[in-house]
Amino acid sequence: MAEAATTLLTTSDGRPLKAALATAQARAKRRAFLLVLPLLLFVLLTFLIPIGYMLKRSLEHDGFSGSAPSLSAWFKQQPGFDPANPPEEAYAALVSDLALMQKDKTTGMAGTRINYTVPGTISLFKAGARAAKDLQPPYKEALLALDPEWGMPRLWRAMEAASSPYTTEFYQVATDRKLGDTGWARGADQDRIYLYLFFKTFLVSGAITVICLLLAFPVAHLLAVLPMSKSSLLMILVLLPFWTSLLVRTTAWIALLQEQGIVNDLLVWAGILSDDNRLQAMYNMTGTIVAMTHVLLPFMILPLYSVMRVIPPSYARASRSLGATSWTTFRRIYVPQTLPGIAAGSLLVFILAVGYYITPALVGGADGQLISNLISFHMTKSNWSLAAALAAMLLAAILVLYWLYDRLIGIDRLKLG
Amino acid sequence: MKKILILSTALCAVSGIARADVTVMSWGGAYGAAQTEAHVKPWAAATGNAAVMVDADNPAQPIKAMVEAGNVTVDVASVEYADAIRLCDEGVLETIDASKLAPAPDGTAATDDFFPGAVTECGVSTDIWANVYAYDTTKFAADAAPKTAADFFDLAKFPGKRGLKKGAKAVLEFALMADGVAPADVYTTLATPEGIDRAFAKLDTIKKDVVWWEAGAQAPQLLADGEVSMTTAYNGRIFGAAVGEGKPFQIVWDGQIYENEMYVVPKGAPNKDLAMDFIKYATSTEGLRAQASHISYGPPRKSANVDPIMYTDGKTEMGPNLPTNPANMTNSLLTSSDFWVDHDSELNERFQAWLTK
Amino acid sequence: MALPIYASPLERVWHYAYIAICVLIFLFLIGPILVVIPLSFTSDAYFSFTDKMLHFDPAGYSLRWYDTLLTLGHPVPEGPRDGTWWKLAWEHSTWIQAAKNSFWVGLWATIMATTLGTIAALGLSRPEMPGRRMIMAVLISPMIVPIIIIAVGMSFFYAKACVAPDSAMGAIFGWMLSNKGCLANSYLGVIIAHAVLGIPFVIITVTATLSGFDQSLIRAAHSMGANPRVTFFKVVMPLILPGIISGALFAFVTSFDEVVAVLFIAGPEQQTIPRQMFNGIREAISPAILAVATILVIISVMLLATVELLRRRSERLRGVTPR
Repeated sequence: MAEAATTLLTTSDGRPLKAALATAQARAKRRAFLLVLPLLLFVLLTFLIPIGYMLKRSLEHDGFSGSAPSLSAWFKQQPGFDPANPPEEAYAALVSDLALMQKDKTTGMAGTRINYTVPGTISLFKAGARAAKDLQPPYKEALLALDPEWGMPRLWRAMEAASSPYTTEFYQVATDRKLGDTGWARGADQDRIYLYLFFKTFLVSGAITVICLLLAFPVAHLLAVLPMSKSSLLMILVLLPFWTSLLVRTTAWIALLQEQGIVNDLLVWAGILSDDNRLQAMYNMTGTIVAMTHVLLPFMILPLYSVMRVIPPSYARASRSLGATSWTTFRRIYVPQTLPGIAAGSLLVFILAVGYYITPALVGGADGQLISNLISFHMTKSNWSLAAALAAMLLAAILVLYWLYDRLIGIDRLKLG
Repeated sequence: MKKILILSTALCAVSGIARADVTVMSWGGAYGAAQTEAHVKPWAAATGNAAVMVDADNPAQPIKAMVEAGNVTVDVASVEYADAIRLCDEGVLETIDASKLAPAPDGTAATDDFFPGAVTECGVSTDIWANVYAYDTTKFAADAAPKTAADFFDLAKFPGKRGLKKGAKAVLEFALMADGVAPADVYTTLATPEGIDRAFAKLDTIKKDVVWWEAGAQAPQLLADGEVSMTTAYNGRIFGAAVGEGKPFQIVWDGQIYENEMYVVPKGAPNKDLAMDFIKYATSTEGLRAQASHISYGPPRKSANVDPIMYTDGKTEMGPNLPTNPANMTNSLLTSSDFWVDHDSELNERFQAWLTK
Repeated sequence: MALPIYASPLERVWHYAYIAICVLIFLFLIGPILVVIPLSFTSDAYFSFTDKMLHFDPAGYSLRWYDTLLTLGHPVPEGPRDGTWWKLAWEHSTWIQAAKNSFWVGLWATIMATTLGTIAALGLSRPEMPGRRMIMAVLISPMIVPIIIIAVGMSFFYAKACVAPDSAMGAIFGWMLSNKGCLANSYLGVIIAHAVLGIPFVIITVTATLSGFDQSLIRAAHSMGANPRVTFFKVVMPLILPGIISGALFAFVTSFDEVVAVLFIAGPEQQTIPRQMFNGIREAISPAILAVATILVIISVMLLATVELLRRRSERLRGVTPR
């Protein structure tokens, strides 16, 4: 019946209304999309592609494959190769590559690539390359006589993996695994760092989120129940830190918390601490947590406040009049209504905390470093592929959280101030 | 188009500084200042070229990044010896023709005049510097002051925080020397897993009292602020603070670890020929002596060590303050570039893992 | 926030304890920022209040650290303060150069982010916009993705984003790029990076303003014969201008405070205030940093006041009751 009705309806120029509407809507859609397009292209070019490029870097390193063509070609023809006992042809290819490296000055490149998975091999390559020109067949004996380390199965494993520019080895390293003679395995405890640091970063971010929530809840509540004129004034105290440079706030915390800083001076002056027993609250994890809590607190207060402001006070009054104690009212009536705010604030603070770099770098000392700082460490050390692999892992974690945020709260409900 | 024009004028106004003919990258602080005063400014004045100095925590890192990215903005960099070797092997540096370096005043060829090892394929030494430790003399009585490397790790006898460089190099060697390993055995020990464990075990004894520094200028600052009672440092920084600024700092030479600092030219430097000329000027006998008159690092040429060098204050003789002074070398170690070329990334990773736990 | 009449004594105690807790939290928020200001006037080289300062002895206070901001990097710091001296300071003093760089980079990044962001927000707030949620998520992501990841990705990519200096492209764009013709180590690279970081703020504030915007006004304008351009500039723009301006201010502040991307992608020439502060804090932490911090606090107070005024104006215009 509905179909029959629509076929009857036409626009003034005789087109079916349905089709005309669809055209108009498609045009409107296209117009809306065209407005967004320039920015999308800009973001694609300057943000998404660089990140994609970084992901590619985490799977790519041509330091060895590019400087050892013969051996790389040989590995391609020998899929079932036994690293414990490489044949003479493999050694011959290696020697010819070493001679090539010496000529092209690429020894360091190749050695550095292998050094990621088998530490201590740069000088092995260097010495090998220097001698390669004068080595005589049989090359296996000649090379082993030069240095027995050339026979290490893990070295051959590493060279086989490095003979292709594309590799997942950096993710192995980034998950604390080590290449042994029989393949990749869990690293020794004293060398395990990356997963531990990821775990620690999440733990610290969780702790900061909880502290922020505990501090933000009473303040947001106060702002929500005060009359507008007063709460507007107090709101400025929340927004000013939000607008103040991160470096200024970090500097302020150094001035406050360092050993010769204001808090310690006050405590010593008040006789609470002796002069040689000052608090160690800076350049360690305490410093990182305090400063980061301060930086992220407004991100918790603002979403909480916007939820609390619209909670009608009549519910609490009804609960009290029905005989509930103030505690029960708070727990059973008020808190459940603030849950959307708690979720929004907590997720946002947690996401921002996980990726924090500046504050831990400046006030974290040794044990207050987070995973971002380690990524930066490897960047400065030119271990780019490893830095990229760690960054990719961090990115994956963030994206999961971001997706969760969008599901639970909706990204379009993000507000600033 | 109009917008682009406005943008262009604005950006030109931003850059403001005329583009330099030669950009030198060094370590900043007192050291960078010494190289600026002794090499950069006089060379610019003598040749009429513009030259600027830029700072980095460790110039080896940015120049490698620049070369690999094919975007080199630095012409000359001042890097540690092991880095000069490693970067040369990796093809990151231009080779330097030693025969073109300035001869000694008496005509001796540069290659014969430099100390052994001071000129390599890709680098020329500009000084010999040392990792030492220093203490605040106001914190310890004169008769109960620290004297040996082991004293640095003795928290009971010498209370107070310690400053240490945040990195494996020179720190692990120092820990082993403090633990009683003879200088000659340090690297053979450190090449074994037990030796590495031993070094970390020694560091464990003071770990909770260590304040870590990264930039060379931080070490004297930590001492001056009273954040630590003693700290490892580059010896020239301590000399600068003690003699130059009158700070109550005393260097302990026991357990010093010294090495050559190298001027290198990154591959693809914008002004390679001028860079070579700068290095020739800076590493001449007079250039090296000029640098040594600003900071207490030893000149690596025989001819530069003949006459005594005076500090810029005109009254302090540099000789006794140099790492190369025989009295300062009784228990000292020459950094092994071979060892660090191989083990730098492995040990630094282990060091990072140890730090964060 | 008055106590209800039926409050028990325990509740009264709790009420005042609660107020006290809130005061302490506000102190935690604002105290560190305020403490920087008096400290920056110390005459000593330390980061703490000296005895002289606590006794309000004038000798304990000085402007020497503000003076350092002028003299650091000045060719003749001790010279007489005449016109030439100030001219040299304007051209050579390290902090002044950094301030100039920060300002220009911030300005261009803001213009880029605000222009692109506002246009996109107009599209995003149309009900017909396809894939709105997905696109929003992408455009907001620079705010969510850790800055270190963005910086790492950009430092890889910008080093490869080059034009040959002797090509036609190089002749047109070369002056904006590094002397190798790359985005890395160039002002344009930093500006683009900061624009990307500022975009989420513009999108958020402008779409928020548009959400209260009555779309029928556009139809009304059209029906009275206004073309889209006139409609935008005469009807839409005046109403959403407060939102655009606060978005722009957010974008500017983001750029003005950004250091990680600068550390990774900029060359030595692109020295900005945050970068100079970052190095200062890490190396020789002197009260000069506090002097800069004080100036920045004053700037942020002014910016905050501007944004607050704009917000109230915007709410009044949109007929929302002011808070």
